[in-house]
Amino acid sequence: MTRRTPLTTLAVTTAALALTLSACGSGGRTPGAGPDGAALVWALTQGSEATFRASATEWNKARPDSAVTYQFFQNDPYKQKLRTAVGAGNGPVLFENWGGGALKDYVDAGKVADLTPDLEKNPGWRDRVFPTVLKSTTFDGKTYGMPVNGVQPVVLYYNKQLLDRAGARPPKTWDDLLALVRTLRAQGIAPLAMGGASKWPDLMWLEYLVDRVGGPQVFADIAAGKKGAWTHPAVIEAARMIRQLVDAGGFAKGFTSVSADTGQAEAQLYTGKAAMILQGSWAFGTMNTGSPKFVSEGHLGWADFPAVTGGKGDPTNVVGNTANFFSVSAQAGPQQKNSAVAYLKDGVYNDTYVDSLLTNGDVPPVKDLDAKLKTVDHADWLTYVYRLTRDAKNFQLSWDQALTPELGQELLTRLDQLFLGQLDPQAFCAAMDKAAAK
Amino acid sequence: MALPALLLFALFALAPMVIVGYLSFTRWDGLGTPSWTGLDNWRTALTSDVTRHALWLTLKMMVISWAVQTPISLLLGVFVAGKQRYRALLAVFYFVPMLISTAAIAVIFKNLLDPNFGLGASLGLSLLDQDWLGDPDLAFYAVVFAIAWQFVPFHTLLYQAGARQIPASLYEAASLDGAGRLKQFWHITLPQLRYTVVTSSTLMTVGSLTYFDLVFVLTGGGPGYATRLLPLDMYITGFQSNDMGLASAISVVLVTAGLLLSLALVRFSGFSRMRSQQAGV
Repeated sequence: MTRRTPLTTLAVTTAALALTLSACGSGGRTPGAGPDGAALVWALTQGSEATFRASATEWNKARPDSAVTYQFFQNDPYKQKLRTAVGAGNGPVLFENWGGGALKDYVDAGKVADLTPDLEKNPGWRDRVFPTVLKSTTFDGKTYGMPVNGVQPVVLYYNKQLLDRAGARPPKTWDDLLALVRTLRAQGIAPLAMGGASKWPDLMWLEYLVDRVGGPQVFADIAAGKKGAWTHPAVIEAARMIRQLVDAGGFAKGFTSVSADTGQAEAQLYTGKAAMILQGSWAFGTMNTGSPKFVSEGHLGWADFPAVTGGKGDPTNVVGNTANFFSVSAQAGPQQKNSAVAYLKDGVYNDTYVDSLLTNGDVPPVKDLDAKLKTVDHADWLTYVYRLTRDAKNFQLSWDQALTPELGQELLTRLDQLFLGQLDPQAFCAAMDKAAAK
Repeated sequence: MALPALLLFALFALAPMVIVGYLSFTRWDGLGTPSWTGLDNWRTALTSDVTRHALWLTLKMMVISWAVQTPISLLLGVFVAGKQRYRALLAVFYFVPMLISTAAIAVIFKNLLDPNFGLGASLGLSLLDQDWLGDPDLAFYAVVFAIAWQFVPFHTLLYQAGARQIPASLYEAASLDGAGRLKQFWHITLPQLRYTVVTSSTLMTVGSLTYFDLVFVLTGGGPGYATRLLPLDMYITGFQSNDMGLASAISVVLVTAGLLLSLALVRFSGFSRMRSQQAGV
């Protein structure tokens, strides 16, 4: 009998622990507050950290009654930490996010406060940002987050020296692009660099092509989970065009093993190994860091994504990351929520905040910045990004962010297979329809 | 006396397993409360092409890794077990990969194999100038190579220790009988290393079920699904797709496979009846 005791104890303790641990999930704890009851903000170390820090210092000096305290995290660990903390009812008052499907998960779980009443009370607050950007945090007409840093549209960059050598101009239409691919290849120049190993750069091609061919409604149907939305003719046509570009040798050799995170795809452009790259606006910074001389001597060019002749989409439409957003926790107490809203309204995107963003090369989606943009470093580039996003008829949030994380992951892998030639356009669309039906 | 240890074991090993078992019957995105879905996840895990492909890749990885690493580590281990001084020096180099963290190894290989700025492109070696990590057919073997590079030193160490335990008198007797080096290796070294082979193989095969970090950093499971091993599939399902229920089912499959494999190896190799091999020496 004595030999049995440990096993019994074990079984009992295990059961007890399992119960305690699962009980934690439903425990109603209040979100974390900073010292002195300040509203706690979780944000990312990359990008706009300097601006966030400066703004908190300024804000807390002026408004000690509604102070904010920042904590900063690395990108990937942050996503998991946030999910665990918010899931356990232990999250911060304000948290940085990307909008779209990932935020909608939090909204559906009742973890995010609806900002619509506050925005309606203060129309000036809502109206100062581009309406296309707010779409990323608006679900069923309710807004759950406000942008806090710069827009990141996807742009076609090119190496002016290489295009000049080939006697070519940046492509205005899809046919131009295909012709340019032939010209460049004939001269032994790799047309397009891409960080295909990271999968998400592949997505930029699909997003733009679907938009140019079929217009924004095609993706709106996909996002709404409409049956058969992935087999819409525009998606199949876009997938076919991708195969056409790959088969024509549009992408530099080995593009499926180049990682987008190491800057090696951008390096191909400024070292003259490839002529063009389709990438988010942050690639400008990558290239400016990698080869400041290349950028300052004016060898870097940029252009809108080519138009598709006969396509339904407006050629001014843009895809990319609209901005990062701050959302308010639904579990925050009234006092903390008031502080958070006050900070979002008056502490974010005020004059010093916008100046700080611009100094870091970040273009905020805020109206009437033209005059200010002329006075900063790299004014031509920042002005281009600003106009591109301001004048866009539609600004589509990256699909992997706009969809649920589950479908987003499936899309990235299936698209990778399309680029590799393991799936043909029909099979790709069918696979996505099947995944969406789950 | 054993109670504190048992409590810790229950808290950190058993309780999570019980919870994972429970989660495998629910749908949970990590935010709300898990909702009971019965056998749904299990049906998906056992029928989905992705998971089955991952399981197949894991088995393939296990067998190929074993077949590649065992002969190399065995020969290297026996070689460095010799007495000459230059072997000691060489051994130092053999063991270098053991000192480097897995993530660093992955980053090193990723850069070496880069098609534009890597070894092949820089040295202009046409044989090396392949799209190692971007070609679905090559990526798997590039991963096999990187894993072997990382783990061969450890197993070499095991074989070196094993080979040093073999009494010199056996070899002396064999030389007197006129046996050459090859014969000595075949008839003395190899049989005497039998249990080392079992130990090393067990570690290798069970360990191959957990290959994650290196593959994650090196290829992230791609291109396509070419290197999406089961542990990676579990991670991507759970922490990138936020489908904790399905990920739990996959992890239960992994745990079960690991347990069965260890049991089978111990049983069929005679490891449990291990006796001294040196009676009479």
